[in-house]
Amino acid sequence: MGDKKSILIVGGGMSGLTSAIEAAEVGFDVVIVEKNPYLGGRVAQLYQYFPKLCPPNCGLEINFKRTKSSPRISFYTLAEVEQISGEEGNYQVTIKTKPRFINDQCTGCNKCAEVCPVERSNDFNYGLDKTKAAYLPYAMAFPMQYVIDGSVCHGKACAKCVEVCNYQAIDLEMQPETITLNVGAIVWAAGWNPYDAVKLENYGFGQYANVITNVMMERLCADNGPTQGKILRPSDQKEVEKVAFIQCAGSRDENHLAYCSGICCLASLKQSTYVREKNPNAQAFIYFIDIRAQGKLEDFFVKVKQDEKLSLVKSKIALITEDPATKNLILEGEDTQSGERIRETVDMVVLATGMEPATATVKVPAEVAYDDYGFIVSDQDQKGIYGAGCIKRPADVAGVVQDATGAALRAIQSVVRR
Amino acid sequence: MDKKLGVYICTGCGIGESLDIDALKKVASKEFKAPVCKTHSWLCGTEGVEMIKADVAGDGVNTLSIVACSPRVKYDVFDFGPVLMDRVNIREQVAWVLPAGDEDTQMMAEDNMRMGLVKLNKSTPPEPYQAENLSKTVLVVGGGFAGMNAAVGAAQAGYPVLLVEKEANLGGFMNKMNKRIRPPYKELKPVDLEDQIKKVEAEPNIKIFTSAQIEKIAGGPGVFDVTISQNGSSTTERVGSVIQATGWKPYDANKLEHLGYGKFPNVITNVQMEEMAKNGKITRPSDGKEAKNVLFIQCAGSRDENHLAYCSSVCCLVSLKQATYVKEQDPEAAVYILYKDIRTPHQSEDFYRKVQKDGGIFIRGELNAISEDGNKNLSVEASDALLNETIQLEELDLVVLAVGMVPTSIDETALNLDYRQGPGLPVNKYGFPDSNFICFPYETQRTGIYTAGCVRSPMETAICAEDATGAALKTIQCIESTAIGSSTFPRSGDMTYPEFMMSRCTQCKRCTEECPFGAINEDEKANPLPNLTRCRRCGTCMGACPERIISFKNYSVDMIGSMIKGIEVPDADDEKPRVIALICENDAYPALDMAGINRIPIDPFYRFISVRCLGSVNLVWIADALAKGIDGVILLGCRKGDDYQCHFIKGSELANTRMEKISETLGRLALEPERVRVEEISINDYDRLPVILNDFMARIKELEPNPYKGF
Repeated sequence: MGDKKSILIVGGGMSGLTSAIEAAEVGFDVVIVEKNPYLGGRVAQLYQYFPKLCPPNCGLEINFKRTKSSPRISFYTLAEVEQISGEEGNYQVTIKTKPRFINDQCTGCNKCAEVCPVERSNDFNYGLDKTKAAYLPYAMAFPMQYVIDGSVCHGKACAKCVEVCNYQAIDLEMQPETITLNVGAIVWAAGWNPYDAVKLENYGFGQYANVITNVMMERLCADNGPTQGKILRPSDQKEVEKVAFIQCAGSRDENHLAYCSGICCLASLKQSTYVREKNPNAQAFIYFIDIRAQGKLEDFFVKVKQDEKLSLVKSKIALITEDPATKNLILEGEDTQSGERIRETVDMVVLATGMEPATATVKVPAEVAYDDYGFIVSDQDQKGIYGAGCIKRPADVAGVVQDATGAALRAIQSVVRR
Repeated sequence: MDKKLGVYICTGCGIGESLDIDALKKVASKEFKAPVCKTHSWLCGTEGVEMIKADVAGDGVNTLSIVACSPRVKYDVFDFGPVLMDRVNIREQVAWVLPAGDEDTQMMAEDNMRMGLVKLNKSTPPEPYQAENLSKTVLVVGGGFAGMNAAVGAAQAGYPVLLVEKEANLGGFMNKMNKRIRPPYKELKPVDLEDQIKKVEAEPNIKIFTSAQIEKIAGGPGVFDVTISQNGSSTTERVGSVIQATGWKPYDANKLEHLGYGKFPNVITNVQMEEMAKNGKITRPSDGKEAKNVLFIQCAGSRDENHLAYCSSVCCLVSLKQATYVKEQDPEAAVYILYKDIRTPHQSEDFYRKVQKDGGIFIRGELNAISEDGNKNLSVEASDALLNETIQLEELDLVVLAVGMVPTSIDETALNLDYRQGPGLPVNKYGFPDSNFICFPYETQRTGIYTAGCVRSPMETAICAEDATGAALKTIQCIESTAIGSSTFPRSGDMTYPEFMMSRCTQCKRCTEECPFGAINEDEKANPLPNLTRCRRCGTCMGACPERIISFKNYSVDMIGSMIKGIEVPDADDEKPRVIALICENDAYPALDMAGINRIPIDPFYRFISVRCLGSVNLVWIADALAKGIDGVILLGCRKGDDYQCHFIKGSELANTRMEKISETLGRLALEPERVRVEEISINDYDRLPVILNDFMARIKELEPNPYKGF
């Protein structure tokens, strides 16, 4: 597209990757800015997608392959947008990168991690295990380049990794950098954060070891997760026999998130299949208000609910307490369908927490409209900066890709207009 | 092109410690007479790369074999412009998973190199396919909300658009719509259809055809020839790509007699309700009196195996909207909503909350019976799932059935494609031409033809607008890719295409039948007529062809066959079986890489060959392999069946059907059928992969060595 300006894509998750690749394959230059040390975002942390129960890495692999083969895509990891000025067709953007301490000469040989004496909590696994301070975020990480966590690394005092690296890839003195770009349009695809379950006081997250969230459950079930795919509960690493899923944990609740995140019902139905697949004797309970399985996803609901060892109970659980001896959890509430009181003891509780847009906490450093909840409003009159994916509304992967493809075209229009 | 081969072996990352590099060099220089063969302890470092660049620039090396790590990494470093290049993986596949210094480790590395060098020998640089008289125009079929948004989307990106609508006016269903419900879902919004139509009409890039239909679409991306009939005459236009946005129709309420439709005049559908609201007052059809007692029945025919098994996604919101009409007309009116689950996802939950606050009465349950009294008032008996009892709703003025959406594609062929495989887009079991892929919702099985809006899947208007905009992007992307001769998704950027040596064709029709994308038409004598711009380069036709007449410049029956022939097969006495694994490059290959990264040992007797798709596997490879003494062949591909994962639709499925035919060949060779196996594997199965491989190898070792060794 000749002399056309590039498009800046903020966020390298499913939305950002999609916007970037789709625009690049039309013929526009794109630059992705991603705050993690890898691309792929939250879908990379999922074990399987509903309803096909297929691995997210499959689609990511295709998208990474498209990224690798397109000369029009460039990206910065460990990077965030600091400043935006200008207008549609001509934005000056300041980007700040954090030091990775490992440069692109890294071959992925793992020697640095082998000798690294320091451990850190593994954020990719939501803190369920540890990695070395020099680490590869996950086995399929793209780019396949190690990273050093500067907050725990002993630096030059240790430098064992520097000694073993044959490829001059480690630079413990790497500094933050500031980059400025001139772009024609911006797609804001910074994604979402799981709602902070600590705020759900009656559910005991953070207090009871065996109360976890749905995003943690994905890691617990993943083959490349902290337990190599075995569902072992955090308190004693016991294989779970009875798991309860609590829907709308903080969602559809004016004290927390008033909206519905749209995907949590299907995610819990999916996770109940993990429980049942990994342990044929296990029992699963889903406590719900409404089961929201839109479109053809209804088929998945119909299929999963046929499992005799899955109980779907219409109830808003009022209280969770822990049996201090066994670390089992006791759920109390009312079955709104039978009117009976619920008192169920389970091994582990999964809170189906909702999605909060990244912009609920960190706003776009430019004039952008938000709704009551911090989602970017997709107003077609507002040109030049476009939201894409879960920054606009909570959605499943297909919905996000659909939206991000549309956002890519809007960005192209902005570039073409000027 | 005169090839000058350069072989570059990396000895870093443990490769040098694992393998006899001099012996590897001999494979290149002695067996393949490579004029240039160099090693480097850090080939991807600046020095290594500069060494290669210097050879390309100064020494005329134009055919490169990079013998190092997986092609999935360091792709940006090993980029030497328009040369022939192949990456031989001796790191993840060899040095990281097999014992160092071992004879079998060495043999695997050498065979990998041989296969790579044969591949280069059999490849020629791609020359992109250039169709003539390419068009950059987008055809949008359907002038409703989705179609209008798609048309404006493409037009504002600078592309000419033909917008074809079968009715006299644009707007589709929106012509019947009273109010819209859209973000931020706090209150109802005007439909503003006129403004939208004006926007379309004001767009100089859009040419509108109303009262028009598509008679025929022939050709392929970039060169579609579209015949449009309008007012009794036809015109033919060339377009580059197509969007089907033909929308939906309401489920036929005549099938819902059990809900009183057709029996009682005051039972209407949500569509009738919408029209009534648009036309003024909400009244009882029986006597025209204002409706003050209204019941909405959700999932009327939806989520019901006997009618529509799926959920139409929008009916809950529509009933909430219509409940508001009733309340706006008379705040004292009673509104009941009988539902299974209220489905108001994302921020639309706000509107549900509003209707609750406005006094809407929600009943979770099911209708048992509906009846009518002498005044045409309706009574409904329902089982209330929350109160756990039967309830009666009396003296209802109006019962509104929330009927679902049926895609127009279920019984209309709006596109009339001149394709051997039929006039419409392939559809799912509910008739929607929706993608099977979660990650790629715009995928269809007809290249360059995309769907948008409710014909693809039920969706609310705000999402529909985005969906149509996304579809518009896909169309212009296809146009631009076609213009440079590149494949579209998923092999985006692939400049090769299948070439047919027609003189040897036996008109067996396998390629025309099996192409997952309907790229190949047929003439009356059953000769294949490839439409190359429709092609996705999966190679399914190449796998299907018994005469081996279909080849790509860098992928052919001869190439893989020769690679297999290049493998050294030890004598039976050596007790070193050889098994070939033909693996899908998108999923099985990365899984193997992951096994390498995790240092999970792999059986050294395997020889891995990555293929574009299992659908491209030609049976002759298996027959030839076994005839030369290879002990077994395993095919590793993606999941098949309803939830298939194959991005070329039916690679695994085809591989399985073809394998049934291989038993004949095995019989002729007097070999056991167990020597060939197809397995499904996903990209995450890197821990299961060695188990599958070991299991198959154990079975092979139970058999006698292949008697054809040494022939």
